[in-house]
Amino acid sequence: MDLNKKFTPETWPDHPERATHEAKNKFVGFWLFLGGETVLFATLFATYIALKNKGPAGYEHTTQELFELPLVFVMTMLLLTSSLTSVYAMYHMKNFNFKKMQLWLAITALLGLGFIGLEVYEFVHYVKEGFTFDSSAFSSAFFTLVGTHGFHVAIGLVWITLLLIRNAKRGLNLYNASKYYTFSLYWHFIDVVWVFIFTVVYLMGVIG
Amino acid sequence: MMMKGLKKWRLFSLLAAVTVFLAGCGQEQLSILLPAGQVGKDQFNLLILSSVIMLIVIIVVVIIYVIALIRFRRSKLGEDHIPKQTEGSHILELVWTVVPILLILVLAVPTVYYTYKLGNVTAMDAVDEEGNTENLVVDVTAKLFWWEFEYPELGIVTAQELVVPMDEKVYFNLIAADVKHSFWIPAVGGKLDTNVENVNKFYLSFEKDSKDLKDGVFYGKCAELCGPSHALMDFKVKTMPRAEFDTWVTAMQATGEETTDVAAVGQGEELFQQSCIACHATSAVGETGAIGPNLATFGDRNRIAGFMDHDKESLKEWIKDPQKYKPGNKMQSFGDMSDEDLDAIAEYLMGLSVEK
Amino acid sequence: MSSVAQKRGFGATLWDWLTTVDHKKIGILYLLGGGIFFVIGGIEALIIRIQLLKPNNDFVSAGLFNEIITMHGTTMIFLAAMPILIGFMNVVMPLQIGARDVAFPFLNSLGFWMFFFGGLFLNVSWLFGQVPDAGWTSYASLSIASEGHGIDFYAIGLQIAGGGTLIGGINFLVTIITMRAPGMTYMRMPLFSWTTLVASAMILFAFPPLTVGLFFLTFDRMFGGNFFDHTMGGNTIIWEHIFWIFGHPEVYILILPAFGIFSEIIPMFSRKRLFGYAAMVFATVLIGFLGFMVWAHHMFTVGLGPTANAIFSVSTMAIAIPTGVKIFNWLLTMWGGSIKMTTPMLYAISFIPSFVMGGVTGVMLGSAPLDYQLHDTYFVIAHFHYVIVGGVVLGILAGTHYWWPKMFGTMLNEPLGKITFALFLIGFHMTFLIQHWLGFWGMPRRVFTFMDGQGWNLANVISSVGALLMGLGILVLIINIIITSVKNVRVGNDPWGDGRTLEWAIESPPKFYNFAQTPLVRGLDTVWIEKMEGNKSGFTAAEPVQDIHMPNGSIIPMIMSFGLFIGGFGAMFHAEEAWGLPLLIFGLFVTFASMATRSLKDDLGYYVKKADIERDLKQKGGRN
Repeated sequence: MDLNKKFTPETWPDHPERATHEAKNKFVGFWLFLGGETVLFATLFATYIALKNKGPAGYEHTTQELFELPLVFVMTMLLLTSSLTSVYAMYHMKNFNFKKMQLWLAITALLGLGFIGLEVYEFVHYVKEGFTFDSSAFSSAFFTLVGTHGFHVAIGLVWITLLLIRNAKRGLNLYNASKYYTFSLYWHFIDVVWVFIFTVVYLMGVIG
Repeated sequence: MMMKGLKKWRLFSLLAAVTVFLAGCGQEQLSILLPAGQVGKDQFNLLILSSVIMLIVIIVVVIIYVIALIRFRRSKLGEDHIPKQTEGSHILELVWTVVPILLILVLAVPTVYYTYKLGNVTAMDAVDEEGNTENLVVDVTAKLFWWEFEYPELGIVTAQELVVPMDEKVYFNLIAADVKHSFWIPAVGGKLDTNVENVNKFYLSFEKDSKDLKDGVFYGKCAELCGPSHALMDFKVKTMPRAEFDTWVTAMQATGEETTDVAAVGQGEELFQQSCIACHATSAVGETGAIGPNLATFGDRNRIAGFMDHDKESLKEWIKDPQKYKPGNKMQSFGDMSDEDLDAIAEYLMGLSVEK
Repeated sequence: MSSVAQKRGFGATLWDWLTTVDHKKIGILYLLGGGIFFVIGGIEALIIRIQLLKPNNDFVSAGLFNEIITMHGTTMIFLAAMPILIGFMNVVMPLQIGARDVAFPFLNSLGFWMFFFGGLFLNVSWLFGQVPDAGWTSYASLSIASEGHGIDFYAIGLQIAGGGTLIGGINFLVTIITMRAPGMTYMRMPLFSWTTLVASAMILFAFPPLTVGLFFLTFDRMFGGNFFDHTMGGNTIIWEHIFWIFGHPEVYILILPAFGIFSEIIPMFSRKRLFGYAAMVFATVLIGFLGFMVWAHHMFTVGLGPTANAIFSVSTMAIAIPTGVKIFNWLLTMWGGSIKMTTPMLYAISFIPSFVMGGVTGVMLGSAPLDYQLHDTYFVIAHFHYVIVGGVVLGILAGTHYWWPKMFGTMLNEPLGKITFALFLIGFHMTFLIQHWLGFWGMPRRVFTFMDGQGWNLANVISSVGALLMGLGILVLIINIIITSVKNVRVGNDPWGDGRTLEWAIESPPKFYNFAQTPLVRGLDTVWIEKMEGNKSGFTAAEPVQDIHMPNGSIIPMIMSFGLFIGGFGAMFHAEEAWGLPLLIFGLFVTFASMATRSLKDDLGYYVKKADIERDLKQKGGRN
C-alpha cells in the first residue's frame, strides 16, 4: 500500500474504511470481535443480575442505598455526547476533512476522559462508604461489570490518543482511515454497553 | 456317552452364559441394572427403552456400513473405476431426518414424564390433622468426607449409615457443609447434588430388604469430585420393614436418655469422654451440625470411615492415623495414644449399638 | 524473504519460526505444540489407568491422582485437541479456499504464542508442585477451597490460551468471509472449510463466557472477589452455568472440524462426491446453533428443577438429528464409490461406528431421569471418550496421515500407519467399551482408587490394558514420523492420486505464497472437475502472474504473549510476595507496550516480484 498517495475530496472513496483489502478485513473482523464482546458483557450482566444485592448475613449495601442517579445521568450524557461527536468525526473523515475530524475526535476523547473521571470519583465514593470490591458478592459483581466497561473506555482513550498523535502530521490516507473508523465502531459499542449498564444497574437498581 | 458329554457341555455353556449375563448386571448392592426401588426401576426402564432405540440405530448404520464396505472396494472394482458422482437424494435426506425425529420422540415423551414424576416433592410438606408430616424426611448433610443423616421429625441423627423403612417414599433434603458433593445410592435411584448454597429435595423408595444383600447394606457413593478422598466418601444404606424401622427409631431416641454413671463407665468410655467427645456424639438424639460423625450406632455399622473393614484392628489403625487412610479428612490423628488405650476405645466403640 | 533457496544457520531458522506469520508454518507450530501436549496428556492418562489397574492401588497418592486427572482433561481439551485442529485449519483452510494467507497473519501468530505460553503456564505448575486438582471443570466450591496455587495456574493459564483461541477464531471467520478465491461461493466450499467456519463462529461466542468465568475465578482466588463464596452472597452454580455455556459448544468446536476432516477423506478415498453436500452444510450449521442450547444437560443433577431438565433433555436429543444426517450421508458417500483402504480412510471408516456409539450414549445421557443414574459415573467417561477419542482423536490421526504430505512434502509410511491404526483402535475400544458397564455397576468417575469386592476389578484391568495399546499405537506413530522425516522421499502435488480440493493442485509443501496465481473455482471439488475435463493440473488461474503482496514477519506476538505469561506469575504471587505486584504490572506493560509498538509502527508488508514467481513456476517445469 502506498502511504504517499495523495487524495483530494473528489478522489477520496465513498467508503474509505473498506477501500483496501486489509481495511475490509479489519472492518469485518472488528464487527465480529464486537460480537464476542457482546457475549462477554452479556455474561457479566447475567452474573450481576444474579448477585445483585447479595451479601453476607446482615449486609447493608443495596442498590437503592448506594446509587445516585444525578451523577450517573451526567456520566451518561457525557458518553452519549461523545458518541455523537465521534459520528461527526467520521462524517468529516468520509469527506476527507482531516482537520475537522481531528478536532471532533479530540472532543470525543475529552468527553470520554470526563466520563472516566466521574467514574473514578464514583468508585472512590463507594469505597469510602465501605462498599469495596471484596465486601460482598454484589460488590464484586458490580465493580467487575462497571469496571470492565470503564476499562474499555480507558483503552479507547489510550487508543485514540495514540492514533491522533501518530497520524497528526500525516493527513488522511487509506491506511489510517480504517483505523479511525474501527475506533469509532468501538466507541459506539462501549456507548451502547453503557446504556445497558445505566438501565440495568442504575435505573433498575434505584427504581426496581 | 458322547451325547451325555455334549449335554454336559451344553449345560455348562448355558450356565456360563447366565453367569456372564448376571455378571453383566453387576452386584446387587450397587448396580443400577438391578434396581431395588421404584425410582431406580423407572430409570432402569428408561435405560432399556433408550438402549433398544439406540440399538436399532446402530444396527441400521452397521448394516449399510458393512454392505458398503464389502461391495464398493476399489480392489474389487478396479483401479480405473470412476464412480458416478451422485449429488444426493432429497428423499433419503428426508427419511433420515424424519425417522430419527420419530425415534427421539419415543424417548422424549417418557423422559419428560419421568422428569416431572421424579421431580415431584410436593408431598414432602404434607401434614396430617395433628400437624405431623406424613412422610419420612431425612436431612442429608455432606461433609469432607462423610455423611450426616438427620431425621428432623424424629429428633435423631446418625452418620455414615442411612437407615430407612421399606415400601414408602422417603424424602431427602440435601446440602453440603463445605464443598459440593453428590448423593447417590446406585441400586435405589439416581443421584442429586448436595450444593453449598441451597437445599436440594428429592425422594427415593426402597423396596428390598438390605438383610438379603451380601453385606447387609446398599452402597452409597459421593458422585462429585470433592477433594483427595472423594473416592472414599462412601456410605451405606440399611432398609427394613416399617415396624423394624420404628423399633430402630425408638432405640435411637433412647440413646439420649442414658446418663453417664461415673462409677460404671469402663476405661474405654472414659478415654472417649476425654479425647473424642468434642467432635463425636454417642447419643443419637440431636440435630445435624456435629464436627465429626455421630457414633451412636457405631457397633451396628458395616464399615469404619465408610470404607474400611469393620473390626477393631482397622479401627485402631484409623484412630492412630486417619490421614493415612483418608487423605484430607478433618479428623485429628491420635498416633501418640497407647495401644492399651486404643484397645479400650475400640472396645467401647464397637459396643455402641442400638440394634443388638 | 525471497523464494530463492538458501542455506541458513540454526539461529536464522529459529528466528524465522519465532517470527513467522505464514499460516502454514503457524499451523505446523500448532501441530507441534499440540502434539507435545498430546503426549503429555497421554502419559497422564496412562498413569490414571495404572493407578486403577487394581483395587486399593497406591501407584499415585489421592491428591496427585486428582492433579493428574485435572491436567489430563485440561491438557487434552485445551492444549492438545484444539491446537491440533486449529493447526489443520491454519494449514489447510486457506489452501482450500484459494487464499494466500489468513486475514490477519500477525494475529494468527499472536494466537499461537498465546496458546503456547498459556499451555506452558499451566504445565509449569508441575515444577511448583502446586497443580490444578479440581477436575477440568473446576467446579467452584472445590476450586475455591483448593489450597496452594494449583487452581491459579488453571485460571490464568487457560485465560491466556483461551485468548489465543478467540483471536484464531475471528481470524478464520474473516478469512473465509473475505478471502475466498473467485468462484469459491459458500456452497462450493470444501466441508473442512465449512466446519472451520462454524467452529470459529462457535469459538467467537463460546470463549467470552469462559474468559468471564476465569476472571471470576481469578478474582475470587487472588483479588478478594466473592462471586462463588456463598457465605458472602456468592453462588457456585453461576460457575457451572458459565463453564458449560462455554463447555458444551467447546465439544462441538472440537468435533465439527473432525467431521470436516472425515468429510474430506471419505469422498477422496471413495472417489466420489460427498453425498448430500447441502444437507451436510446445513447439519453442520444446525449442530453449531443447537450446541449453544443444551449446556444444562451437564447439570441435570444440580437441582435446576424438572422444567429446566425437561427442556434441556429434549433440546439435547434434538442434536442427534443433524448428527444422524451426517452419519448417513457419509455412509451414502461410500455407497457406490470405489473405496481404497489407505490409513486415513481406515480411520474414517472406523470413526463411523465408533462415533455412533458415542452419539447414542449421548442421547441416553440426554434423558434427564436416566442421567440422574449415569451422571458422574464411568458411563459418562466412556461416552465422552467415545465422542472425543472416537471422533476427534481419530479425526486428528486421520488428518495427520492425510495432510502430512501436503504439509511436509513426504508421505508417512503406510504399513506403520496401519499398525498405529490397529493398535489404537483396538486399544480404544478395549479401554472405553467396558467402562459403560463400570458406570452401570456403580463406579463413580474421578475416584483415585476403589475397594475390592465391588465387581469392578476385571473391567478395570481390561480398560488399563486397552490404554496401554493406545499408548503403543502413538509410539509407533512417533517412530513413523521420525523414519519418514529421515527418509524424506519427496512427493508431488497430489500424492494420494484422487485429490478433489484446491490444496491438491499445488506443490507439497506449497510455496510460501501458496498460489502463484489465484485459482478460479468452477464448482464443488473444483480440482476433480478440472481433472475430469482433461485438465491434468486440476487448476485454472483467475489472474495473470503478477506481484503478490505478503505480510512481514514479526517477533512482537511472541513478546506480547510472554508479557502475559510473566504477568500471570505476578498476579498469582501478588498477595504473598513483594515482587508479585511489580511483576504483574511489568508483564502487562510488556504486553501493552508491544501492542502500542505494533500499532505505531507502520507495517505495510512487501511484494513478491512477478519475475520471482515466474522463475518459481519455471523451476517446476510447468504451471501450478
